[in-house]
Amino acid sequence: MKYLTSLFALLLSFVTLAQDDVEMADTMRSNGKIYVVLGVVLIIFVGIVVNMIRLERKLNRIEKDQA
Amino acid sequence: MAISKHWWKGLGIALIFYSLYAGLMNDVPRLPILNESIRNLYFHVSMWFTMIPLMLISVIFSVMHLSNSSAKSDMRATVFAETGLFFSILGLVTGMLWAKFTWGDYFPPDPKLNGTAITMLIYGAYFILRGSLKNPDQRGRISAIYNIFAFVLMIVFIGILPRLTQSLHPGNGGNPGFGTYDLDNNMRAVFYPAVIGWILFGVWIAQIRYRIGMLSQYNDSEDITNEILD
Repeated sequence: MKYLTSLFALLLSFVTLAQDDVEMADTMRSNGKIYVVLGVVLIIFVGIVVNMIRLERKLNRIEKDQA
Repeated sequence: MAISKHWWKGLGIALIFYSLYAGLMNDVPRLPILNESIRNLYFHVSMWFTMIPLMLISVIFSVMHLSNSSAKSDMRATVFAETGLFFSILGLVTGMLWAKFTWGDYFPPDPKLNGTAITMLIYGAYFILRGSLKNPDQRGRISAIYNIFAFVLMIVFIGILPRLTQSLHPGNGGNPGFGTYDLDNNMRAVFYPAVIGWILFGVWIAQIRYRIGMLSQYNDSEDITNEILD
């Protein structure tokens, strides 16, 4: 029984080890560089939204001219 | 600029902003092979979850066109199908990039990928069909009927067939879905708002396409394009 428990504990430690071994962008997070990526993504999306709004305003004007 | 008329666009934009922020910053499960790329779930999968409702809206307008023969329903069916196809192209391209780094190939032989490619060809044929018919009544009716076929085939090719065979995609073949083990509640809290946000944004794009389409019916379409571009 004791043997089984220790075997189980050993297996469990392997499982947790394997979990910790998965490589993630921890460095980027710790030195804050991930915020640069976030900034770039947000700027691009702000640009797209501004473009959509301008396009819609222009359409409003053309539709008004039509009527 | 009445808020009552535009609130849903603002909601869509806000939800997308939230998903971009939370999608990059929130904690995600540490999974082998996927690593940080699990975050693509928020962006790549959202494209597909946007395309399907847009295609559904398109079919609804096609059915409406068959019952009332209005040119507006026909135009709406077209612009929603166009926008849906646009999102499917984004979904395919982002999926290819993701596949390269997790499955090792840009286009692995996967039933879902092949089904998607077939679906895009089917919708491509929808636009060719529309372009080839000059009579508006004929074009409206024939393309509406074709659109119903196209939608059913899309559901079969990307929703049913991949589930019946082996597939790399989660939730298909022998693979469990993301939902069963790794789409935890923290990820759901980002993924579902992202999907809703992109659907609203897609409807906005379709609406703008519709207005351009309606304007160019009365004008020379080149004039409209030039006026919008300058």
